[in-house]
Amino acid sequence: MSLVNFTTREITCKIVYYGPGRSGKTTNLHYVYGRVPESRRGRMVSLATQTDRTLFFDFLPIDLGQISGFATRFQLYTVPGQVYYNATRRLVLQGADGVVFVGDSQARQLDENLESLQNLQSNLLEHGIDVRTVPVVMQYNKQDLPRELILTPAELDDALNFRSVPSFSADALHGQGVFETLKSISELVLKRLAAGSTA
Amino acid sequence: MTSTLNPKFTFETFVVGAANRLAVTAGRTVAENPGSAYNPLFIYSGSGLGKTHVLMAIGHSAKQLAPQLNIEYLTLDEYVEAFHAAIAAGQGDAFRRRFQNVDALLVDDVQFLTNRKEMQAELLRLTEALQQAGHQIVLTSDRPPSEIADLDERLISRFSGGLVVDMGIPDYETRVAILRRKAEERGARFQPGVLETVLETAAGIDFPNVRELMGALNRLVAYQAVNETPINAEAARQVLGVGPSTAASATAASPTAAVTGDEFSQFLTDVTVTVGKAVEAWRARVAEAVLRWEGEGYRTGRLEKLLDHDNPSAVDEAIASYIHDVERLKALEAEVGALDPQAAGDKVFRDPDRMAEAEAEAAKVRDGAAPPPAPSGAFPLDTYAGGASNDVALSAARAVIEAPGRKYNPLVLAGHSGLGKTHLLNAIGLELMKKKGAVVACLSTQAFVDELIAAIDGDRVDWWRARYRRATALLLDDIHLLAGKDRTQEELFNLFNQFLDGDRQLVFTAPAHPNKLEGLEERIVSRLEGGLVAEIGDPDRAVRRTALERILSQQKMTPDPALLDYLADRPTDSVRSLTGLVQRVSEAAAAQDQPVTAGLAREVLEGQPPAGGGGRRTTGLRTSGLVVSSAGGVRSREKMVWDWPSAADRVIEDLR
Repeated sequence: MSLVNFTTREITCKIVYYGPGRSGKTTNLHYVYGRVPESRRGRMVSLATQTDRTLFFDFLPIDLGQISGFATRFQLYTVPGQVYYNATRRLVLQGADGVVFVGDSQARQLDENLESLQNLQSNLLEHGIDVRTVPVVMQYNKQDLPRELILTPAELDDALNFRSVPSFSADALHGQGVFETLKSISELVLKRLAAGSTA
Repeated sequence: MTSTLNPKFTFETFVVGAANRLAVTAGRTVAENPGSAYNPLFIYSGSGLGKTHVLMAIGHSAKQLAPQLNIEYLTLDEYVEAFHAAIAAGQGDAFRRRFQNVDALLVDDVQFLTNRKEMQAELLRLTEALQQAGHQIVLTSDRPPSEIADLDERLISRFSGGLVVDMGIPDYETRVAILRRKAEERGARFQPGVLETVLETAAGIDFPNVRELMGALNRLVAYQAVNETPINAEAARQVLGVGPSTAASATAASPTAAVTGDEFSQFLTDVTVTVGKAVEAWRARVAEAVLRWEGEGYRTGRLEKLLDHDNPSAVDEAIASYIHDVERLKALEAEVGALDPQAAGDKVFRDPDRMAEAEAEAAKVRDGAAPPPAPSGAFPLDTYAGGASNDVALSAARAVIEAPGRKYNPLVLAGHSGLGKTHLLNAIGLELMKKKGAVVACLSTQAFVDELIAAIDGDRVDWWRARYRRATALLLDDIHLLAGKDRTQEELFNLFNQFLDGDRQLVFTAPAHPNKLEGLEERIVSRLEGGLVAEIGDPDRAVRRTALERILSQQKMTPDPALLDYLADRPTDSVRSLTGLVQRVSEAAAAQDQPVTAGLAREVLEGQPPAGGGGRRTTGLRTSGLVVSSAGGVRSREKMVWDWPSAADRVIEDLR
């Protein structure tokens, strides 16, 4: 997928929120949705189960308007976290310009985080993409939980952030770290696009 | 009453983009073919998007292409005012006549016709009259005809009957291009990114039209003028009173909580900066250049290829070199256009990737359009012998040289063969060529006809015409040879008119007064008679003597007064025959190894034929020094070569 279309003067960034089930990907999108002026956001598509688990994926288009003459759009996707939805995850990953890995900070979820990271890597490889070439940022969510239940960002970095990509501690429910994460991945994506390459 | 056209508002100063390309193209077409392309042409757009500019540009362009056109530009209000004034003065009819006689009427802001019934009726009448007479009407408005409130149905259908085009808000690139061009016009140079900042911060919202954009630019120019250091992007934002993030203010006003709204605005600003810093740094410049030059009708393949590369180095150099090439193409096209209008349309002049071909094409045209045949240097004016018999012709020639095109135009030198008409014609040409910028075409009518035939054959008649139209003077020898050449007469007729209109000199020679020439069209004859017909008589003694002096000195003989007197006294009907006399005498002298004297001349011309040359002249009958061929079919006896140096020279090869 081409990021910049010079013919139609458009920039479209597809950012996928990846991570284990219940780590807070959809919460991230909901927070963003709530902060984007109505005129700039599209309808948020959410296919969820009755217990609010993401069944397929969430999709939030954001129109940033004309930036330097380009109609700039961000498309934020989440993938369903549950292991058995891998086909959907792979599909959503297709054409992603950047990935936000939303990890669950709870200590007991560390294995799920690791498993999901490996899953991300293998799904990207299915698309013929080396994870090292895709902009990725880490978000350690649920940092608002009691200390005894969670790992610190430093500990999580040690455990998950093998390639030292930018990482952010977050409380997606209350918005802390949500936009910082989005800003960081956007910059990585746009800088990559600036170098003239396409995802 | 009628506004004058603002000299700044031309097509050259108008920045063309996707939003206004159609209107500009239609405008150019109308200017090139007033009355016949789109009539009326109705242009509408919001305020400040260039309606008046295009309207005036049509006027300028039409006037430039055909200076004789009567073009009126005025706003509807001026028209109304003029009408009321005329009615008050009881001059209604004069008012109508005045406008009915214009070749192109350009009316600005016709939306003000609303609620003006009598003006609508008047304009309807005028529109009908102008259309019937094939005169052009161009109207502008801020809305299409059908949306002008209370407008007469008949006017709506009239206005819509030609072409109705709209001009939209220029896109980003066009706005940048406009800002750049206007900044250049004002002699202001800004740091890179400043002008773009105006548009980025405004995001096209604050300055919806070009006029307001100009206001913003003026503020920047003024600010920079009073400050020593060049303005930067941040300062530009402050000067224009727009915060670093317009979006912030926009979102703050939204119903969403102001506190949380900031997060998105901040994000938007960050993204804008990132995009602005990185993407725009070179790709947008390239894209902007592509759109700009595409808008002007140039191929942009070379620039588009840049976008395929990852490495943005030397982008500015590439754009600069592209622009350099386009400028060169423009110059070549203009040059070629002046020489050969047909060739100027060639698409190689629109493709900077084919510079070599364009240069070669231009060189070809340049060679082809080498100046028309020039006068022969063998006939300078100071060797032309003057006397009573050619006094009129010579003084007319001097007057023509003095004031070409203004005194005697055309000048026709009439007289039978051998009187020096060709000499005088070429002499005039040589003198005219000394003037600055003069291009003198001087050739025989036969050559003129032959050139035209070759041009028709090679489908290059336009080129041929352009070649002569460039001339500042046209001198044709033996104009009677046009007899029966209808096409050449037609072409000459057109050239004739153009030369007369442009006060460019025409000189012809003819064997007799034009009205005695057969086979020439009446319109040519009457034009030939329209200037001065200077008849040259048989050379008088003074002419003969001067001519003989010249001939003798040319042949390196001392002009002995007795010889001169003797030869000058001999009756002759042409100067050319004097050359024959001198030649015979000098040959005889050489044969007898004697100096050329009056006595010898008398002996040669009146007594026995010279012994040395007698054997060679087997035929011929001598009368007053002239040898007349006994062979039939030779029209001009002076043109006979009567004394062949050797027998071998008489062999004429068969024509293949």
